[in-house]
Amino acid sequence: MSRGENVVGVDVGGTFTDLFLFDAATGTARVGKVPSTRGREADGFAEGITGLAPLADISAIVHGTTVGTNALLERKGARAGLITTAGFRDVLEMRRRDRRQTWGLTGTFVPVIERDMRVEVAERTLADGSILTAVDPAEVRAAAQRLLDAGAEALCIVFLHSYANPANERAALEAVRTIWPNAHIAISSDILPEIREFERTSTAALNAVLQPVVGGYIAALDATLRQGGFGGAFLIVQSNGGVMSVETAARLPVRTALSGPAAGVIAAAHIATEAGFPDVITGDIGGTSFDVSLVAGGVPALAAQSTLDFGLVVRTPMIEITTIGAGGGSIARVDAAGLLQVGPQSAGSIPGPVCYGAGGDRPTVTDANVVLGRINAERPIGGKFARLDAAAAARVIARDVGAPLRLDVVAAAEAILRVANARMAGALRLVSIERGHDPKKFTLMPFGGGGALHAGALIRDVGLARALVPRFPGVTSALGCVIADMRHDRVRTLNRMLAELDPAALRAEMDAAASSLAALLNRAGMAFTARRVAHALDMNYAGQTHTVAVPLPLEPDGSGELSQARIAAAFEAAYSGSYGRLLPGVPMRVLNLRSAVTGVRPKIDLLSMAPTADASIESARRGRRRVWFDGWTDTPVFGRLGLPVGAVIAGPAVLEQPDTTILIEPGLSGRVDRFGNLILEASR
Amino acid sequence: MLDPVTLAVLKGRLEQIADEMDATLFRAAFNPTIAEAHDACHGIYDAATGATLIQGKSGLPIFVGVMAFGVRAVIDKFTGDNAPAEGDVFIFNDPYLGGTHLSDLRLVRPCFRDGRLFCWLASVGHWHDVGGAVPGNYNPAATEYFQEGVLIPPVRLITAGRLNQDILDILLAASRMPMSAYGDLNAHLSALDLGAARVAALLDEYGTEMVAAALGELTARAAAQIRAEIAALPDGTWHEEDFLDNDGRTDVPLRIACAVTVSGDRLKLDFTGSADACAGPVNISRATTVASVYVALKHLFPEVAANSGVLDPIDIVLPPNALLDAQRPKPVGGYTETILRIIDVLFCAFARIRPDHAYGNAYGTINALSIAGLRPDGQRWVMFSFFGGGHGGNPEGDGLSHGNPPIATAIIPPVEIMEAAYPIRFTQWALRPGSGGAGTHRGGMGAIYEIELRDSSAEAFVFAERARFAPRGVLGGGSGAPNVVSFEQDDGWHTPPLASKVVGVRLKRGQHIRLESPGGGGWGDPAGRDPAAVARDKRLGYVP
Repeated sequence: MSRGENVVGVDVGGTFTDLFLFDAATGTARVGKVPSTRGREADGFAEGITGLAPLADISAIVHGTTVGTNALLERKGARAGLITTAGFRDVLEMRRRDRRQTWGLTGTFVPVIERDMRVEVAERTLADGSILTAVDPAEVRAAAQRLLDAGAEALCIVFLHSYANPANERAALEAVRTIWPNAHIAISSDILPEIREFERTSTAALNAVLQPVVGGYIAALDATLRQGGFGGAFLIVQSNGGVMSVETAARLPVRTALSGPAAGVIAAAHIATEAGFPDVITGDIGGTSFDVSLVAGGVPALAAQSTLDFGLVVRTPMIEITTIGAGGGSIARVDAAGLLQVGPQSAGSIPGPVCYGAGGDRPTVTDANVVLGRINAERPIGGKFARLDAAAAARVIARDVGAPLRLDVVAAAEAILRVANARMAGALRLVSIERGHDPKKFTLMPFGGGGALHAGALIRDVGLARALVPRFPGVTSALGCVIADMRHDRVRTLNRMLAELDPAALRAEMDAAASSLAALLNRAGMAFTARRVAHALDMNYAGQTHTVAVPLPLEPDGSGELSQARIAAAFEAAYSGSYGRLLPGVPMRVLNLRSAVTGVRPKIDLLSMAPTADASIESARRGRRRVWFDGWTDTPVFGRLGLPVGAVIAGPAVLEQPDTTILIEPGLSGRVDRFGNLILEASR
Repeated sequence: MLDPVTLAVLKGRLEQIADEMDATLFRAAFNPTIAEAHDACHGIYDAATGATLIQGKSGLPIFVGVMAFGVRAVIDKFTGDNAPAEGDVFIFNDPYLGGTHLSDLRLVRPCFRDGRLFCWLASVGHWHDVGGAVPGNYNPAATEYFQEGVLIPPVRLITAGRLNQDILDILLAASRMPMSAYGDLNAHLSALDLGAARVAALLDEYGTEMVAAALGELTARAAAQIRAEIAALPDGTWHEEDFLDNDGRTDVPLRIACAVTVSGDRLKLDFTGSADACAGPVNISRATTVASVYVALKHLFPEVAANSGVLDPIDIVLPPNALLDAQRPKPVGGYTETILRIIDVLFCAFARIRPDHAYGNAYGTINALSIAGLRPDGQRWVMFSFFGGGHGGNPEGDGLSHGNPPIATAIIPPVEIMEAAYPIRFTQWALRPGSGGAGTHRGGMGAIYEIELRDSSAEAFVFAERARFAPRGVLGGGSGAPNVVSFEQDDGWHTPPLASKVVGVRLKRGQHIRLESPGGGGWGDPAGRDPAAVARDKRLGYVP
């Protein structure tokens, strides 16, 4: 390949952009980190890549992004409109008639598309797919014009029962195309052709508010990269942990809702399993958020749908990730009741923490770490700043936290970390203890720039066995981008009794789905080590409303014999596995066909990144500095990447590396394994 | 002595067992009231007393309180030679023993360890139909339980692992929807199988003694927590009352009165002054009354753990012959309306005891609608669902629009699922503008649901409340809009004579029935509302 075999993974977080370059020809990797330039992300992105290799020498760029997540959580999506069936404009706001929490009747809900931007048109499809009232194109155009006049930048069209027959939605789409000034229009049967109107409407509405945001973002990136001479494939990580083309991402941005975090979990599962710890809880501490995910037996948990916040439902397969607003940039403040709060407000990367000296004027978690000596103010990570302004950080902490709580500056900084750690520990408990997993059996894998500073406190608080700090924790999500497989999914509603299902017709459906999904793989221009085709049916006993996913027993390429008897046997196996008792004699129904095509990408041999043979503890020493652990302690500092395999460092100690700082608290010690991971455990 | 981390782990593991049982039943059940609306519950109960030890997070809150009575009924009946054995499963729906109403089938299974009873598991769910005069069993005109459905006393459904086919045959014969009943029954049994296997695995892992110690500790902690909450309240007695529209037979309001007395760390709830037992189906049994108090307290003190410890420092006084202590054969099918009113009364009392935590009343009715007919092939169909309304304004903000009732976490079945299952079509599914009570923080809006019949003929029934007495506001907030039920006949639209209750109205093809559900009560003086919020209400059409 003339461009070489360089694949770059890029993870743009709220504060830093992390990069990971893997050169398949030589088996070597390089990492990079630059500050994110919010609002002008393309600049930081291109700058970061060219720091590793010329754009023209790169064969593929794979990107995990939190642009979509942030827009939804901060309610900064685009102004979008919804056109829907007469009588049903409030479906989005009425939800499934639920409430925020079981106990205590507080909490309200604001939909992403407000009531005045939801317009009804006369049309009606029935449950059997027959059309009771055809849609009137002129009425739809008039509705769309009203929404345009009201400032809509995106439009979604959601009609009742469109999963059964999309004709009215398609006719409406055709009618609107002629007047809609941009590509941000979609119909629900294209996004999610599945029964249940609220889940379909919510997914379509979130997609619409994201289209201008994510679409514009990706187009700007693409243009900048191409201008810089990039000629390879540009791919985006999906929430399910697979990658997709930028065209698909711009059309279905709702699939990026957990893109960045999903890439991190993919990498974490790979690294931890290789290191011999297949049961891990990942904790990604970025600038604005803390993302937690549980990996049991090396396999990340997948959820069929996800609720990003109360009533914000996305129905598309995703890696199960729990997010709270606590990160390095989280702002500390004392509220009206005199209680110290940390987050969810964040200083982000612009202006960022006070110590960056970039205009930030509110104390953050990072400022507290600087004041306590845990972050080296003279040699900050990321490389953007020559030094950090510890005095300014101390001044603001004293003013905003110390004075109101009558604490000295050190005690105030410590209090900020205690509150931040308690919030993060709560998120770890939520995914482990509260779901019946014993934390003693799990390893915490902190990543993101700030994770390794808090790992010791978190394993102690939650009772986890140990922490594993990967060799390049700041770029874990970027590494995940490089190793994630390409995956495309498709669902089609069949809704037939098994006894009436023609296996030959089903086989034709499956082959058609597989070949159209394979075409998406081919268009991406990537090399795959293998391809896999999987088909599953959503089935139930006639009369039930929920279905069980029935994987069809087929070859890895999707071929294999199909018959009603084989499908029935597969259903019974799946059903008894999930529910227990079979119901002999009750007829079976096939609701949906789900097809997935995976292009398997080369995995990185992590040993290629291990410390070299000439490394030694002595040569890794970088002197000592004062760090606060219940008192100022003269603490040895090491260059982490210089530590040899097998090294054991007892706390207190600080390990520094370009993308993160690791704190080994008193009572803990860190051991370097053969891959260069640091295993943090209680000292014996 | 248990360390706090192990206790927290075991609490999570035990709750996970109940949650997984919930999930198994929801997914495997046939009838949408369980599968979609989650009108079901699972828990782990004390071997000797039946007291609730562990409750799932996804089950129906009101069942949390009554299940202890259900397990107790089995404990009391099966003794001596007839004592429960490994592999037995009991079933019943007797509301006078177990609370709520005949629609709720309870399955109870003992868990043994080393030959001794360790705990009970129970699975309860609202079945589609259990016979009686009205399909779906919400019979507003019932005067005895015989008109509400078939009563099953506690009996062995499974003896030492062997199904008693005779009992199954009786259960299926009693229902208009035998296939649905068969599916639901198997789903309950699958949930109990799973629960028993999970409990056994947990005992293997942690040992019987440690799990038993954790269960005891969790109940003790809940009791200590609720005592501390009550001790923080000012001592004194507060009187509150509210009314049910009628009993479904005669249009006379029924008073629910309560004197709430705080005395140190104990709470006395004296319902003297409440109406006597009535002819119609809004009576409730003592078990149900106790359960509704539990639900109210859990909403008022959400931090307290969900187990029987919550009721430890509570004294409940019921007058003789009360509506709230009904004896057989008084009908109890509409129990939901009465317990919602008890909760409203307690919320209003606590708004005065603790104004900084006051909630306006939620919509206060279950809004049960059933429509039943015959398909061309002679098969019966019964569409049955509960409909939502507004929550009350509260210190944090406006009330939630279109929420579920405080006694349930049930979600509503999708329109598309209902239309696929039954010959009906929704012609409207919308928020009800202007229905939220005025206030500094407005009540949430109720909804408008309008349904058209697409079959040649069917009968409709509505069991609802709050058409005459609207949900009240607190601290100067206004009332939510009252419930409005209407239906179409050849000569036009009608409202039922008993306001909120409809008994067997015949609809023809193309005719509609319409529910306009109540909004929640407001919180605080409406004059204090932020002008920007007033303008937004206007712009979005929340207030006409």
